Amino acid sequence: MVSKKKKKYSSGEGAQFMTRKAALKKLQLSLKDFRRICILKGIYPREPRNRKRAQKGAGGIKTLYHTKDIKFLLHEPIIWKLRELKVYQQKIRRARAMREYRNMKKFLRDYPDINIDHIVKERYPTFVDALRDLDDCLTLCFLFSTFPSLKKVPRDQSMLCRRLTVEFMHAVIAAKALRKVFVSVKGYYYQVELEGQTITWIVPHHFSFQPQNKDEVDFKIMSTFVEFYTMMLGFVNFKLYHSLNLVYPPKLTAAFSADDKELIDEHAYVAERIAAMNLSLARVEGSNEAEELPEIDIFNTEDEDPQKLEEAKLEAEKIKKLKTMFKGLKFFINREVPREPLVFIIRCFGGEVSWDKDHFVGATFDESDESIAYHIVDRPTMDKQYLSRYYVQPQWVFDSVNARTLLPINNYLMGAVLPPHLSPFVDKTKDQVYIPPEEKALNDPNFKPLDDDQSGSDIEEASDEDKEDEEEADSEEDGDAEAALAKQYQQEVEEDSDSDDDEEGVDPEKKKLAKEKKKAMAVTAGVPHKEHPYQKEIEDKQAFRLREKLVRKKHRNLYKSMKAGQEKRKKEIWLLRKKRRLHDEKAKEEKKVEKRQKRQQALEQASA
Amino acid sequence: MPPFRNGLLKRKAGSIEVNQNDSAKASEESEEGSADEDLLRGELDTAGDATDSEHEDEEAAASDHEQDEVLFDDSADSTFGDDDQADIASEESSDLTDSEADDESENDDDVDDSDTQDNTDDDEASVDSGAESGVTHTQSGASDSDTEKPAKDIKTKISKATKQKPETKPKATKNAKQKSSRESEHRTKTKSKTDASIDRLADTIQKASVNIQPVGQKDEYESGDTSDEEDRRNTVGEVPMWWYNEYPHVGYDTDGRRIVKPPQRDQIDDFLKKCEDPDFWRTVRDPSTGQDVVLSKQDLELIQRLRAGHVPDAAHDDYQPWVEWFSREVLATPLRAFPEHKRSFLPSRSEQQQVARIVHALKMGWTKTRKQLADERRKKREKHFYNLWGSAASEEEERQRGIHKHIPAPRRALPSHAESYNPPPEYLLDAKELKEWNKLSETPWKRKYTFLPTRYASLREVPAYERFTRERFLRCLDLYLAPRAIKMRLTIGPDDLVPKLPAPRDLQPFPTAEALCLRGHAGLVRSADFDPSGQYIVSGGDDATVKVWETSTGRCLRSIALDGPVSRVAWIPTPGLSLVAAAAGARLLLLNPGADIGAHRVAARTDELLEEPPPQHDVQVDSRTASCAEWQRVSPEQWARGVRLSVLHFRAVTHVAWHARGDYVCASLADAASRAVVVHQLSRRRSQLPFSRNKGLVQCAIFHPTRPLLFVATQRVVRVYDLVKQELVRKLLTGAQWVSHMAVHPAGDNLLVASYDRKLIWFDLELSSKPYQTLRLHGGAVRCVAFHRRYPLFASGGDDEHIVVSHGMVYNDLLQNPLLVPLKQLRAGPRAEQLCVLELRWHPAQPWLLAAGADATLRLYT
Repeated sequence: MVSKKKKKYSSGEGAQFMTRKAALKKLQLSLKDFRRICILKGIYPREPRNRKRAQKGAGGIKTLYHTKDIKFLLHEPIIWKLRELKVYQQKIRRARAMREYRNMKKFLRDYPDINIDHIVKERYPTFVDALRDLDDCLTLCFLFSTFPSLKKVPRDQSMLCRRLTVEFMHAVIAAKALRKVFVSVKGYYYQVELEGQTITWIVPHHFSFQPQNKDEVDFKIMSTFVEFYTMMLGFVNFKLYHSLNLVYPPKLTAAFSADDKELIDEHAYVAERIAAMNLSLARVEGSNEAEELPEIDIFNTEDEDPQKLEEAKLEAEKIKKLKTMFKGLKFFINREVPREPLVFIIRCFGGEVSWDKDHFVGATFDESDESIAYHIVDRPTMDKQYLSRYYVQPQWVFDSVNARTLLPINNYLMGAVLPPHLSPFVDKTKDQVYIPPEEKALNDPNFKPLDDDQSGSDIEEASDEDKEDEEEADSEEDGDAEAALAKQYQQEVEEDSDSDDDEEGVDPEKKKLAKEKKKAMAVTAGVPHKEHPYQKEIEDKQAFRLREKLVRKKHRNLYKSMKAGQEKRKKEIWLLRKKRRLHDEKAKEEKKVEKRQKRQQALEQASA
Repeated sequence: MPPFRNGLLKRKAGSIEVNQNDSAKASEESEEGSADEDLLRGELDTAGDATDSEHEDEEAAASDHEQDEVLFDDSADSTFGDDDQADIASEESSDLTDSEADDESENDDDVDDSDTQDNTDDDEASVDSGAESGVTHTQSGASDSDTEKPAKDIKTKISKATKQKPETKPKATKNAKQKSSRESEHRTKTKSKTDASIDRLADTIQKASVNIQPVGQKDEYESGDTSDEEDRRNTVGEVPMWWYNEYPHVGYDTDGRRIVKPPQRDQIDDFLKKCEDPDFWRTVRDPSTGQDVVLSKQDLELIQRLRAGHVPDAAHDDYQPWVEWFSREVLATPLRAFPEHKRSFLPSRSEQQQVARIVHALKMGWTKTRKQLADERRKKREKHFYNLWGSAASEEEERQRGIHKHIPAPRRALPSHAESYNPPPEYLLDAKELKEWNKLSETPWKRKYTFLPTRYASLREVPAYERFTRERFLRCLDLYLAPRAIKMRLTIGPDDLVPKLPAPRDLQPFPTAEALCLRGHAGLVRSADFDPSGQYIVSGGDDATVKVWETSTGRCLRSIALDGPVSRVAWIPTPGLSLVAAAAGARLLLLNPGADIGAHRVAARTDELLEEPPPQHDVQVDSRTASCAEWQRVSPEQWARGVRLSVLHFRAVTHVAWHARGDYVCASLADAASRAVVVHQLSRRRSQLPFSRNKGLVQCAIFHPTRPLLFVATQRVVRVYDLVKQELVRKLLTGAQWVSHMAVHPAGDNLLVASYDRKLIWFDLELSSKPYQTLRLHGGAVRCVAFHRRYPLFASGGDDEHIVVSHGMVYNDLLQNPLLVPLKQLRAGPRAEQLCVLELRWHPAQPWLLAAGADATLRLYT
């Protein structure tokens, strides 16, 4: 018996992957429909381990899908819906061609909807899964909520996005889940923590919609994404409201005056008030208002580090404090300040907020209210000011949230030059991260900006003495630690280039000593042997350099690239430090000049 | 002049009078106006200027024969010039004037009088009828006496007209007869028309009779109006009039006669006419006949009404009582002649069913209004959200369904300080960075940031980020289009890849600095060696001398000049003899450095031993060996210089190695193929060739320190031979391109091989034939390696300016692998001819290292 020869690529990687063309053929879908279903179902191409084999020997680079994914798609009921839609579209087209406009209109009116609830459930079997994947969803929905009606986008999509995002923000307010905020040039970053998942999204600045070139942005694709994301966000919202004991769809607690109700369409009226985000939502009856989380119990497990536990406890305490940071404080938002982000933030931390009632609906108190603590303004001056309140710039709110305390307002007063706004997302635990001096000052109250302390100079001098032969060039440098660092960096660079400078530095001394001995045969007082202060480091460095050569060949390239990366980061940090130093020096100089001028003016005035 | 013209003239005058006089008879005159309207198609223009009417008409026809619409007479100005005319024509009326036609008309203007006369003659001949024309001429001539036309013209015309008189008379009578007959016809026509409205009809009949009766009795011209008008009708039909551009006529009347284009008028004529003719403003050119028509008052009214958007008929009463012909009241006589069909009395079956259905639905409350339906539809379209993750039961099941080996998309990187709207000043780009930024505008992905760090003084100044939508779109594309794969992320730092080794400080002693520099050689120092006690150093170099130095002081004790450059020196390892093997060219010399070096008793004993050769019968040499190496007798002067034994090889000696017991010397020869390795036995002064076959280019050959093994390094392989059994024990694959040198560990189980491709290869002979470790400690070719006899140290040197001292610990425990730790880089002497260190030797007892340098020095490191 001759066994049948196995066909090539019928097993292994060749059988595991499928090109897009093959997938289309298998699914009998057009590319457009395939794209849509891929987006909805979350199917994506895979990078094979061996491309040549995965492409069944074909050259070039093809889009490869997992065969199992395509088979999974094959069982999707939506595929049939898509095929039916195709027929339906033909009907519409026919009616148009036959000028049966009534029929066409009817067809268009009853255009079938594709229900994708089950896909949401399928892609995110648990609520936490959905939360984990909410970043892109929220960002896109927030973007779409600002869009006007577009040709390629279903008419009510942006409205729906707006509704859902507002609902989500309400849920965040109710859950007090906001942790970090950041104003970037791209928009407002928010980070919330829901069910232990951090979700970060961006809300664009005002007027974010700009007409896009056709080959730059395809709104059809984005709209398909939004179609799924709205569904997902809706369910997430429902679940959030449910877990927060809120009524979904949201209702307002506050009753309205009767005349208001008569005047306006109630639905629109409520929607507007909800969008204002200034009133708390109605709770499910029978649920108690505040559900405080119980204290974290400490289990003394062996594998847990007690220090870590302590840290976690501290963090929890901090977050608890953060949640009620603005509690009992009244804010008034002036009209030039972007309302929505500030209302959202202030309400998230328990503050009360209002604005000019001509500006937007939902204002709760007037500007003349004496109990207002902070008046947020974004203009240099104001005509009428109340003594009972602070006039601060909006950045104070953002920075306070990131600092988790109410920062002193001196730097943020109306018309003041603002301190830099720092990103709260920079991971400080990593090494080789540049920390701007402002942040250092924030973390460490004893920290002094580098340019005005002279304490480092004596250390510097000491080191200068030792290394004078090497560092004559920059000995005139004043003593600040950053300069020292820069120097050290340069020195290291030099050392890398040729390592044995130091040894030569040692030799002449010895020679001198020998010469002296030769000169006079007399017994001289013993000179204590002076160890080179960096001798040990130098030796270690040399030894390390030799050891470096023992890195295995397999890892050598990796090692090199890692080293190069390290070096690059180091250089970047060095560059940032340098730029900062130059900037500070310049600013100082300017200040000095200004001061001098003032003094001179004063003198002149006095003399005159 | 045809009679109808005159008739028209008069009639017109009459109508004007009528207009002026009685405005009350509007209804009558509207009727009359309709008649007039027809009449207007005839030529009314003659009233103004009879003398040159033909000419004028022709001109007008020529210029306007293409026009389909009503052209007001102002367009006569068009003859001023091409451009002007075009402009004016387009401004004043929407009709098209063909430029060609204009040209023609101008040409017509320009032609000589004679031509015009001819034309007029022809016209008159064809059109004019009767003697009346003469009268009209005179009349019109009288009236138009002040026209600018040359008087001469007029005269000639008059004369012509008079001439034509007699001829045209009979025609006129004929015409008159025809006219009367047509009149009667017309009458009947009008009668039939008026049947429609009875009360009007009476009026019209009356009027018609009023109009017509005078025909016979009164003025014949007056009577001819309506029928004449019919005659002048153009019968060409609805054709574009420019078809007649090239012809003198514009169509045919009802009799099939040509309607000749009326003569052209020039601007002056027009102007004059404008000045003279009070009716100029209401004169209109009929495109089909080319005649000027003066609009009657009724016409004007009609136009006014049309413009105002009223019903054209002035008599029309918008508010007259409505007569309900079809009402629900049963008339005595039916309006229609046929009875109703039976069908109309019986109820429809299908309708009945429909109605029943509707009624039932109403009863049951099923029916919905359109609004309700729309609401329902809207509600259906609205998304309904519910607790999707409510039931946890099917969770596992759901988890199994889904994407195969799902790889979640990586999250976007979180923003750094640079992205802030108000970043710290160090993140803003300075001038240099900005230049770089601008330079990379073509390749934005190479930039440091995807956005330009910008500082805004306050939040209100921050604009929308213009690439926001684009960035989100790209993210969407990434999500569904980018291939995903799991990539292992390294959590180790670069330092974790560096092997953990003990610190050099803990592995002391080892040489750390240069202690002595022995100068004296005049050329490269090729080789050097310690004596077994370590007190002396012997060295040999390219200056053809062998020098002996004292280790402690660095003094040169002796210098022995040889007759060729010395490539190798090696001190005998046994302490009982004082012998140095020196390879000078093809000669291997055994030198006794002298009595003053070392114990002189040893030297003496050595001399004694070597003085007399052993008995010759012992030595049996085959021819192959004999041709390879020849033991030579040492001359007395050579003896005096210290040479004790001399072996001449057939090729240059490259390497010399002593056996540990000192009886054997192994010499490697260059380019000697199978005879490359020669082993000399001193005691018997005999040579042996251990190999019969060529195994490659032999680099060096050394003895095992304890066992009877010989290591032979060829270009890439090291072979280990058992000298007793005379067989290959092992073949060590170095993996190097070209082996340069090798050294055996004093214990004998480890071998260190140096190669020209910068490698040091450590073989653990008990482990495998593959290298235990390959060290790349050097920047250039490695030329020499050496093991310390007592300390676990080894050193390597080569073409780079460093000697590397390493710790090479070999443990007695077989399970523990050797520990190799590079300890120190020692600076060697300067390079010469791209060579640096040529030989390294360890002091037999101390951790001192001797390096023979290419700069003619020997350096001792302690």
